Amino acid sequence: MAERQYPIRLTVNGTEREAQVEARLLLSDFIRHRLGLTGTHVGCEHGVCGACTILHDGVPARACLLFAVQTHGHSIETVESLGTPEHLHPLQEAFRACHGLQCGYCTPGILMTMKAFLEQHPDPDEAAIRKALSGNLCRCTGYQNIVAAVARAAAVAREGA
Amino acid sequence: MKPPAFDYEAPRSLAEALALKARHGEEARFLAGGQSLVPAMNFRLVRPAVLIDLNGIAELGDLACTAAGRLQIGALVRHARVEGDAQVAQHQPLLAEAIREVAHPQVRNRGTVCGNLAHADPASELPAVMVALRAQMRAVSVRGERSIAAADFFQGTYSTALESDELLAQVLLEPMPAGTGTAFLELARRPGDYAMMGVAVVVRVDASGACTDARVVCCGAGDRPLASAASAAVLLGARPGSDPAALEALSEAAGAALATSIDPPGTVHASADYQRHLAQVLAARAIATACARAATHLPSRSH
Amino acid sequence: MSTRAFGASLPRREDARLLTGQATFVDDIDLPGCLHAAVLRSPFAHARIRSIDTTAALAREGVVAIYAAADLGAVCCPGPLAVPPPPIEGALFHQRTQSPLARDKVRYAGEPVAFVVAESRYVAEDALEDIVVDWEPLPVSADLQAAARPDAPRVHEDLPDNIAARVRQVKGDYALAVRGAAHVIRRRFTYDHGCSSPIETRGVVAQWDARADRLTVWDTTQAPVFIRNGLAASLGLGERQVRVVAPFIGGGFGPKIMMFYPEEILVPWAAMQLGRPVKWIEDRAEHFVATTHERGQIHEAEIALGADGRILGVRDEFLHDTGAYDPYGLTVPINSQCTLLGPYAIPHYDSTFCAVFTHKPIVTPYRGAGRQHGVFVIERLLDIAARELSIDCAEIRRRNFIPPDAFPWDNALIYQDFTRLTYDSGQYAKVLDQLLERIGYTDFIAQEQPRLRAQGRHVGIGLVCYVEGTGIGPYEGAKLQVQANGRVSLVTGIGTQGQGHYTSFAQIAADHLGVDIADIDVITGDTDQFYWGAGTFASRGAVVAGNAIDQAARQVRAKALRLAAEIFECAEGDLVLEGGRVAIAGLPSKSLGLGELAQRANPMRGAVAAGTEPGLESTSYFGPPSGSTANGAHAMVIEVDPRTMNVRILRYVVVHDCGVVINPMIVEGQVRGGVAQGIGNAFFEQLVFDSEGQLLNASLADYLLPSSMDVPSIELGHVETPSPLNPLGIKGVGEAGAIPVGPLFAQAIEDALQLPKRGVELLEIPLSPSRVWELARSATG
Ligand SMILES: Cc1cc2nc3c(=O)[nH]c(=O)nc-3n(C[C@H](O)[C@H](O)[C@H](O)COP(=O)(O)OP(=O)(O)OC[C@H]3O[C@@H](n4cnc5c(N)ncnc54)[C@H](O)[C@@H]3O)c2cc1C
Ligand code: FES
Ligand code: FES
Repeated sequence: MAERQYPIRLTVNGTEREAQVEARLLLSDFIRHRLGLTGTHVGCEHGVCGACTILHDGVPARACLLFAVQTHGHSIETVESLGTPEHLHPLQEAFRACHGLQCGYCTPGILMTMKAFLEQHPDPDEAAIRKALSGNLCRCTGYQNIVAAVARAAAVAREGA
Repeated sequence: MKPPAFDYEAPRSLAEALALKARHGEEARFLAGGQSLVPAMNFRLVRPAVLIDLNGIAELGDLACTAAGRLQIGALVRHARVEGDAQVAQHQPLLAEAIREVAHPQVRNRGTVCGNLAHADPASELPAVMVALRAQMRAVSVRGERSIAAADFFQGTYSTALESDELLAQVLLEPMPAGTGTAFLELARRPGDYAMMGVAVVVRVDASGACTDARVVCCGAGDRPLASAASAAVLLGARPGSDPAALEALSEAAGAALATSIDPPGTVHASADYQRHLAQVLAARAIATACARAATHLPSRSH
Repeated sequence: MSTRAFGASLPRREDARLLTGQATFVDDIDLPGCLHAAVLRSPFAHARIRSIDTTAALAREGVVAIYAAADLGAVCCPGPLAVPPPPIEGALFHQRTQSPLARDKVRYAGEPVAFVVAESRYVAEDALEDIVVDWEPLPVSADLQAAARPDAPRVHEDLPDNIAARVRQVKGDYALAVRGAAHVIRRRFTYDHGCSSPIETRGVVAQWDARADRLTVWDTTQAPVFIRNGLAASLGLGERQVRVVAPFIGGGFGPKIMMFYPEEILVPWAAMQLGRPVKWIEDRAEHFVATTHERGQIHEAEIALGADGRILGVRDEFLHDTGAYDPYGLTVPINSQCTLLGPYAIPHYDSTFCAVFTHKPIVTPYRGAGRQHGVFVIERLLDIAARELSIDCAEIRRRNFIPPDAFPWDNALIYQDFTRLTYDSGQYAKVLDQLLERIGYTDFIAQEQPRLRAQGRHVGIGLVCYVEGTGIGPYEGAKLQVQANGRVSLVTGIGTQGQGHYTSFAQIAADHLGVDIADIDVITGDTDQFYWGAGTFASRGAVVAGNAIDQAARQVRAKALRLAAEIFECAEGDLVLEGGRVAIAGLPSKSLGLGELAQRANPMRGAVAAGTEPGLESTSYFGPPSGSTANGAHAMVIEVDPRTMNVRILRYVVVHDCGVVINPMIVEGQVRGGVAQGIGNAFFEQLVFDSEGQLLNASLADYLLPSSMDVPSIELGHVETPSPLNPLGIKGVGEAGAIPVGPLFAQAIEDALQLPKRGVELLEIPLSPSRVWELARSATG
């Protein structure tokens, strides 16, 4: 017997989307494979690595620990909501300038986490950034340049403000 | 790591949720933050036939604090909410201190206090805190509601006093009397990990400085939060006072008493002996801190 | 030329795509009609398969096919040996490689047993649970030392015991060293299992195009060309029928090169059988057993010294855990054996290792690839020697350095690349001096530490030195082509996993061609674009491919100048190549764009002169005679909680020498990332097996990758000693950060807690707080 399908309607990066999903479809798979938004990555599917972090109603959450069906009536934002290669978001620009990524696999999850963090903490010190980053594992960089990138993005935003 | 199939229910009211749970019993699980349940499902360690999603039930989201400091934490109150709440910080500093040690920011954004308690992971900080604070757990079902003392609520690894049709609707914390000091200390391999050992301490001193109440509770030391009567006994009646050497001696003695009263299981990160040693060290430190804090909140003699 | 690209910290060109989620990783490949695979893995470390019943699984809706070994036919045979053993006299080596699916017997928990293809990964995983296997569990050899005993349960029944290899390499005569020695120190060192854990797991997608008779495979491999060749051979296809693409890869670190992982055969094979694309993405739980591990070794080592602390000789015997199979030959233990010699002049060396089969997942190189074990042994021996001879830790190292004028330095051993282990260049004392200066070594020991100790704080310092054999052969190639639109395409055969090749490779070419790096399109990891190559491993990408690019770019430059000189009827010497144009010096009006020149180089009429080729392009190959040797030194100041044994890193300094640097920012990133992995390795990460060979911590919650709170800021210093072995003078840097962290932790923790005074030495890795506490306790009683 085919799995039961549940209709959902949600807002994805500002656009209303409708879909039919099985109850067990993880939000991470829904975003990547049904919506084709492959910028959200999957590294563990048990909530530890943070690669799948998206914003759920504006709040960073693990997409691998949510079912797509749960997002009915909610809004999600993925890395695709930030900038484009031609027009990077200031946070993305800071990561580029500070070499805050190597393989780049962890990066989208980190960007989404840090976007929300900077909105709440416009002038963070290094310790605060490191703490906010602690739920995102990066195997390549050793974090130092990520921390620098976030600090730089905060500084740029403050200057602009 | 994809979860097994299940049926999904998204009740809009508590009554509806309880009816569903009564109907499906053990086959069904409540889905709160999903931060423990979904990983377990992805590993296929848990395979509920039905998930009853609590997230649409607005009435479960209340975090309320009376002027006197009585705190009610509803089933959908997330860790992050508690962490950021000024009244919690003021009236229930032990909870505020401990919840910062639970997982990472993103997990705390979704995970709920009640879900954490219902999950009853023996390594988790919050059950130990609730036992130390003598929290009351309000369980509701189609049959009615009842209140369960935290000490009776945790019955083993992932096992609680909840019946198969019951929901943990609320946790109630009474205000702390004057003269109370608390501390939570743990050691985890990395910040945000489950602790290798954690200790929650509540001490209360009367106006004369004598300890009238003491609770020393460990997480990670067994199959449930472990309150050490032996450790409390060392403290009861003692006068922690302000002499650092005396306080240290007392704390160390209470820590040592704790170590002899637990039989930790050992983990891949910590041998059983090391866990026991950690319990002693952390308890001694936490007790010293709690006593010092109690001293600054001494009840005035006129009362 | 205006500003040079080579040597500049230019931001990376690949970043814009990565930052916006536009870069394509293997799991992002989305093909119509794609099926999804899952692998049934053995729950036992050693068991006979009596039968496999797939009836129920096949009946499940959405399941398309299930294969067991018997269904695979000729494809189910032991895989190739990725790296044969070096030609070392008297070496014993038993080649045992894994079949895509286990036939009668499994030899580690996690070994593939059946392959399910279904309409979705969800259904494929459901079907795994429906498969019924009748197992006969057999006795297990999980512990390295126990497995080496002659009576241990055998991993391969046809062998007399579990010895996979035995290799002795000798330099000089160790007995002589002992005879002349004032001091001989002997210790036992152990190093436990770990794994690389890139945040992206492995994955393979394959599509068979029946009309074109061609197979396309997207693979998270570090060596696409080898995979193409091997796949063609095992599937009975010609190499030209197979295209392997390694798109963006989410971290490699070694284990993403294996040749062959079972899934690398099973997925393409199934795609051909079923006529539909098939995708398999390893999940994290699988990753812990299905992707190779590293680092189980036990050393019994001895050092002979003069009274002045000079090393007279070293003898070492070690066991190396190779897991259930040994597809990567002897690379890891040979690296351990050779790297032990470090930057030191060691006249006599006698080293023997036994590689041992165990009922555990396969061991192949992971960042450092055995080098850290050798470094651990020699650095710890020197620490102990320093203490026993009352010589300062830095001083004993300095006394033993190979002096800068002694290069090339012949270590008289055979290295992993089959050449004689010869160091090309280095200034070891200069590196150490800079390190001591930066960390304030003298001051720390004389003032800071006593002061803090007086306050009851337990602070300690460590410093270690190491060399790293990098940039080994055989070769890499590069093709540069100026296109009609003036853009330059630069193609190589290697794959890239975050090392910044899109940028550093362009930097090498840009100056020669007088173009901006933004005008160069770097293409890597697609066998249709470049036919030949070896892969990204052993810190070789920049060295070997980099020099091929340099040559090719020089040739294209020469071609452009020659052609322009003909057109302008002037001498080549009068021309300048700048801003994408060739112009007559001082006559900017007389100029031609590179794109125009490229068109002229491919004329529609008129012959191409004999001996020349059409097009403004060149393909070049570079194979270094032997590897170049990078080196460095790390120092660290830590504070230890003497009761919980928890460690806090207060300062971490690295000074390194990787020859000429193409992009300092990228190099620094590689070093920092390496240190982070080294910290994980030394302090956090351990794969814990029980006696039945079951992995007890197969999740990222329990296998502890360091987080942002665990890795400190790392201060960096550079020394630049060019390598004479390649025209660019570069040395590899990929593994440098990770190699020396183990002994650094051991030394610093010992120092902080003054453990040697209590008779405690830290001779093992990893050093978790629990373990350090156990060790310290055993001494204090
Ligand atoms: C990476 C990571 C690290 C973590 N680290 C820690 C840590 O250090 N310390 C720690 O304590 N926790 C940790 N957690 C777990 C986290 O705290 C969870 O949020 C919490 O344990 C469960 O809360 P939840 O709301 O997510 O519950 P869910 O996952 O939704 O549910 C958990 C269980 O409780 C049941 N349940 C939920 N709500 C109720 C209710 N109201 N009544 C009855 N049953 C209910 C569910 O059916 C399920 O069986 C970690 C989790 C992750 C992913
Ligand atoms: S994939 Fe979701 S946290 Fe790792
Ligand atoms: S950049 Fe590779 S995991 Fe972070």
